[in-house]
This record gives sequence, structure tokens and C-alpha cells, in this order.
Amino acid sequence: MTLSTPFSSKVSYSFSWVGMVGLAIIVFWAVIALAAPHIIPYPIGEIVDEDYFGPMSSKLLLGSDYLGRDMLSRLMMGARYTVGISLAAVCIACFTGTALGMAAAVIGGWFDTILSRFLDALNSIPSKLSGLVVAAAIGSSINVLIVMLAVIYTPGAYRFARALAVNVNTMDYITVARTRGESILYIIFSEILPNIIGPLLADFGIRFVFITLLLSGLSFLGLGVQPPYADWGALVHENISGLPFGAPAVIVPSLAIASLTISVNLLIDNLPKKIRDRSA
Amino acid sequence: MENLVEIRGLKVEATTDSGRRLDIIKGVDLDIAPGEIVALIGESGSGKTTIALTLMGYTRTGCRISGGSIHVAGKDMVTLSERQRAMIRGREISYVPQSAAAAFNPTKRIIDQVVEVTHIHKLLPPAEARQKAISLFKALSLPNPEQIGDRYPHQVSGGQLQRLAAAMALISDPKLVIFDEPTTALDVTTQIEVLRAFKSVMKKSGIAGVYVSHDLAVVAQIADRILVLRNGEVQEVGSTETILNDAKHPYTRELLSAFEPKPRGDQLDLAAEAKPLLEINALTAGYGPLQEDGLPLVRAVQEASITVQKGRNLGIIGESGCGKSTLARSIAGILPASSGKLTLDGRQLAPSARQRSREQLRELQIVFQHADTSLNPAKSIEDILGRPLTFYHGMKGSQRSTRIDQLLDMVQLPKALRSRTPAELSGGQKQRVNFARALAAEPKIILCDEITSALDTVVAAAVIDLLKELQRELALSYIFISHDLSVVEAICDEIVVMYHGKKVEQITPAISKIPQHPYSQLLFSSVPKLDPNWLDSLERDPELVKAYAHA
Repeated sequence: MTLSTPFSSKVSYSFSWVGMVGLAIIVFWAVIALAAPHIIPYPIGEIVDEDYFGPMSSKLLLGSDYLGRDMLSRLMMGARYTVGISLAAVCIACFTGTALGMAAAVIGGWFDTILSRFLDALNSIPSKLSGLVVAAAIGSSINVLIVMLAVIYTPGAYRFARALAVNVNTMDYITVARTRGESILYIIFSEILPNIIGPLLADFGIRFVFITLLLSGLSFLGLGVQPPYADWGALVHENISGLPFGAPAVIVPSLAIASLTISVNLLIDNLPKKIRDRSA
Repeated sequence: MENLVEIRGLKVEATTDSGRRLDIIKGVDLDIAPGEIVALIGESGSGKTTIALTLMGYTRTGCRISGGSIHVAGKDMVTLSERQRAMIRGREISYVPQSAAAAFNPTKRIIDQVVEVTHIHKLLPPAEARQKAISLFKALSLPNPEQIGDRYPHQVSGGQLQRLAAAMALISDPKLVIFDEPTTALDVTTQIEVLRAFKSVMKKSGIAGVYVSHDLAVVAQIADRILVLRNGEVQEVGSTETILNDAKHPYTRELLSAFEPKPRGDQLDLAAEAKPLLEINALTAGYGPLQEDGLPLVRAVQEASITVQKGRNLGIIGESGCGKSTLARSIAGILPASSGKLTLDGRQLAPSARQRSREQLRELQIVFQHADTSLNPAKSIEDILGRPLTFYHGMKGSQRSTRIDQLLDMVQLPKALRSRTPAELSGGQKQRVNFARALAAEPKIILCDEITSALDTVVAAAVIDLLKELQRELALSYIFISHDLSVVEAICDEIVVMYHGKKVEQITPAISKIPQHPYSQLLFSSVPKLDPNWLDSLERDPELVKAYAHA
């Protein structure tokens, strides 16, 4: 339906270049992660350099690691684990946290109190510590890692969603929906969710960064992704002895972690803004 | 005599989100003689506050003075540096904000905040400043002028705080005081005391004033001259007498006509058999933990019994905190009543909305005061109106779409609005959508909780006319809750006066308009009239005022 009244409802967006840079880097890593098996120059397990911690060269663009394997190939394959595991974990954490948080805000009472205290208790355990304990107790397969990271970050997502939903819940339009006789599911997904989706997406980004850093941290300690696979944290861990030689093998994965987390932050700080200009 | 203030060709521009510049004040001229009080009047968005603030060389964030000159006592506020303006602010020009409650720092004693100006500008030694503050408290007829300053802001009433804010503005003996809607947030019974205090102090001290308001009747009491504004342009300027009695501009006349009492058009047929639609029997509702007698700690409504007849309207009136909104919320089942009985069309209603049947919920709809918060900002008008159609009547597709058009038509909105979100509508349009949503349920009775109080006078009058028209067409009944007597009189067949959670009187204007209960008398007599001499000639029984007004 088109409008002929003086102020049109055409909505445009402004997107700052800083945000675009962030988005470009994220897309770059996503593409690498998806295409890695087809574009890596050498198989990741093959020793291709006579020397270990070899420098950058035209043959080995990012040098070689502590066994003389091609760093570029290992980094590309590492992206699959770092991005993939973090993304899976953040999706589970944000979905459960948000759904529970909105339900707690709308239902209130005992449901809210018990759920909040339980998740507070979970939240009070330091994340690295619980990661260490779980990894030590039941080992660390990729599935275990995903579930563990999701559980660690669910309480935060819950808190955030609940705080937002509590504010929206006091609005008159929620009261109107309640007096209309609407069900709790309708109120949560149709009345509340559309109003808090923006901040929730920003929270999703931040939580992704946290999970990436925790995963890299665990891998660095040798408790994350296990050989023969290696994520970026594990790459830093296995090549740490190259630090005195200034080997690219230890610096490049660190830079990769930094570039991903910083660009996610840049993007969520500069999300496209809706311009509402009545008569433009 | 030379003018104290001379504004010539003032232009203020604002920058929008997309960087576009927009003129919000379009060349305004204004003169104020020493000791004169000029009122700036207009609806929201007319630029009245923006102009008042430019007198201090101040504009709100995103705005900028883009042209013209503002001479106050010989100095051009536009060209002065920020430091020079700061020297003048508070000393030569001072400001009384709309909400004194928000303007006072809750952690400091009142007296310290009142004398702060004398300290900043090094005008008086502290002891003398304190004495002066106390004499101002006396002049503003505040109770206990010696001690009231030692209290904290939350320990005094709203009307007192507003007068204390005026004392803060007057302590530096300014040449000009800007009053920005200082009585808008007050109850009518309180407003009178505050207005009287302002008027007598301003007259005695001979300070010039700018009084910003949307309420013509209030302005008529205090101003010498009135400037009518709309869309950042002066529509008409003249002495209070001329504006009230001999307005030239059509917009001014529209404003004036919105004030004229419009008694209910169709005369109530008293002989007709009255069939009760909604019966409220000894309803008590409140907040806080339940006491031993099964009632809540704070009883906002106590034993209210009200009957609404089919096809007739009931008005509930009272000041803020009298329990009128709580009553509406317990009728709607949002706040379940702790005792009492509700009967709608012969069937008893459960106290809580959750226990009521869908049919019962449909028959009784509630419309809230703030259309801004009652419409989900994330949804289009179409979705907002369509939901009750699907929910109550199971409508889908083209049937639903046709009905949405009909509803928009009923509330006199163009069909083109259906794809917009609430943020893209004006205040009056939003309130119409809010009302159309209640109509979509096809209710028997609609509870209107202060639905016109957030609207401008002219817009509110149009909404009231619309309600009357819809009632004739749809055989509805309204319960109309308001603090504004003229609104209630315009639409209601019966008026219930509430005070402190109790129904004190029920008046049927068609039989008698004269209230019997002393509180109703006080309330009815406190509504400002367009007559400039109304405030001076108004006589109130001091005992009555003491008993009921919280000034």
C-alpha cells in the first residue's frame, strides 16, 4: 500500500564505514571457514618445510609451524573450529537464555524467582574454572565443548533478555493483550520479542566474542579442541615455543582471533541505524 | 519606556537524524516591557518552550539559533559567549521548570538548593540569602516558612515544591522569570494556590515574566499579553482581554471554542427505563500484603458502588491519587478487586481478567491514557487492529482487511495509515487507533482512562466529538475517567466524584449541576475559567481548602 500523505513511512538506514569494515572481516572469515577444505594449499597434517618455524615465503605464505607444517592451511582449517563451535554454542546459549528470560519476565512470581536464583548460581562459577572441570571430567570432544560453552553463557543471555523484557512487560500494550485474554506464548513472541530484538542481536554478537575467547583460552591451555584438529587457540598453544624466534606461526593465529573478535565488536557498535525523518 | 526584551526575527533550526535542517521557529518577534507578563500559548510542538529557552541563549540538543536577535536588558543573547551567558542565567533571567519534582536534587535540602544561585553568582552572604529565601517562602504563602527549607524535596507536596522552585528563581531578583508550564502537573485544587502565589509575588516585585502554557484559562489569570503560536510562527498577539473577547485569527478562535462548555447534545431521556449494564457493588481494591481482614494494606478504592446504565455514560472524576485509575483497573480485571461484586449485563464477572471468559473480556474493553505505550511500536496499525478481529471474531484475509478499513473509517483516519507503525502517527491519531482497537472487539462498554489528558485542547475536543458520534451509531456505554471536569461534563450523563478512594457524590447533570458534597464543591469551583478576573474574584472557604486541597 503506497502512501500519499505528506510524511511518508519510507525507512532508510545509515551504516557507518567502521561497521562495514567489521562486517567485511566477519564475512571474510565465514567464507574461509566454509571453503577451507577446497582452498587449502597443502593437507594440514603434511610436513612441507625442512625447517620448523619457517618464515613467510612465496611457497608458504604464513610460514611453517613447530613441525614444519603449512601455517596457512592450518589457520584456514582452524577457522572452521573457532567460528563453527563458537557459533553453535552462542546460538544455543542465546536461544535458551532469551526464551527463558522472556518467560520469566511475563510469568513472574515463583517461576521467575526459582529460575533466576538457579541461573545466578550457575553464573557465579567462574567460566574458565567450570570449563576446566568439565574438560577434565568428561574429556573434550567437539560436542561436549559446544554444550559446555552454551551452558556457561546461558545465564548471561537470560539476565539480559529478562531485564529487557521486564521493561517492555510494564507497557500498556502488554496489559491490553492480557486483558484481551492472550496466551503467554503470544505475549512473549508477538508482543515482546519484536521490541527487544535489536539489543538481543547486539548481545548475541558480544556473547559470540566471549565464547570465541573462552574457547581459544581453553584450547591454549590444551583443554579445548584436541589434536589432530586445531582451532586458533590450539594453534597458538602448539606454536608458543616459536615466540623467541618471532615465528609467524604464533603471531598469525593470535591476530586471527583478534581480528574476528574486534570486528564483531565494531559491527555491533555500528549496526545500521534506522533513520526516521518524517518529511524527508 | 524601553522594552526589557526585544526579540527580532528569531529563527531556530533543528537537525534531523538524516542531517537535514528543519526550521522549528520561523521568524518570531516578541517584546516584553519591564514588569509585564507575556504568555506563550500553543499546542505541543508549536515552539513555545523553545522560544522561552532562547531568552537565556539556550537551545536543546540538536537545535541552534540560526537567525535574528534576542536583546534582554540591552545584551544580545545570540552573540554572547557561553561564559557571558552563564553570568546572566540565574541572575538576570531565571527559569521555573514544568516538573519541580524532577528539577530538585533529591539528596540535598531544599534551602541549600534555593540559595545556590546567590552562592554561584556571589550575590549575598549565606545568612542573608537564607533570610531572603524565608521571606520569599512567606510571600509565596508556603506553610512554616522558617522550617520548610530544611526538608528534602520528597517531604513536601507537589504544589509546595513548585512554589519552592519559584523561590529559587526569584532569589536573585532577576529582571525576567520564565515559567514553563509550572502548574500543568498539578491538580486543579492545588493549581489555584500556586497561581495565586505566583501572581501576587510577580505583581509586588515588578519582575517581568514569560509564562509558557497550553491552557488558555490558566494564562488568562496571570498574563498581561498573550502570544498565540503554531508551528513556530506567531498567529496572533494581543492583550489578554483582546485575545479572549475579540480574537481575529481562526486558530485562536478554535482554541477558544475548545474551551466552551459543550453540554451533552442528545438530552438524556430520564423517563426511559434504565437497564443496568455494569453494576459495581462495594468494590475494594488496593496494593500491598493482605491484612487479617482479607483486604490489602493500601486500599486505593474503598467500597465503591456504581451502576452504569445501558447506552449512558458515567464519568469518574477526582484528583491524582483518588483511586479513579485503580477503580478502572479492577473493573477491567487487571488489578483483581479484593472484595465486592461486579456484574456485567446480568452475569457476574470474576475479579481477575484471567478467570473471565473470552466473551466477557470482549464485552468490556479498556482504553488507556497514553497511546504511546498502549500501541506496540513494533507493529503496524493493520496488525494492531487486526489482532482483536482474529482473536475474538476469527476473521481472516479479506474479511479482516475490510473490517480494518471500516474501523479506520469509524475513527476518521485515512486508510493509508494502515501500513504505518505507531511512531509515524501524531498523538491524536494514535489515540484514535487506540480507541479503534477497543471498537474492534465490538464491546458493550468501554473504559476510557484519561484518554484525552495527553492531547492538545483542540485535538482532545475532536476526540470527544468522535466518541459521542460513535456512541450514537454503536449503542455503546462509556465509563470516562478524568481529572478534567469540562471533558467529563461534555460526554457523561452521570458524574461520580471520588476522593481518597471513596465515592463522595454522584451527580446527574441533567437534573442538577450543583454539587452537594463540600469536596465536589471545591473541585468544581477550582476549574479555571476564561475570565481574567476569575482567580481574583474566586472565594474559597479556607476551612474547605485546608481539609481537601494539598497545596
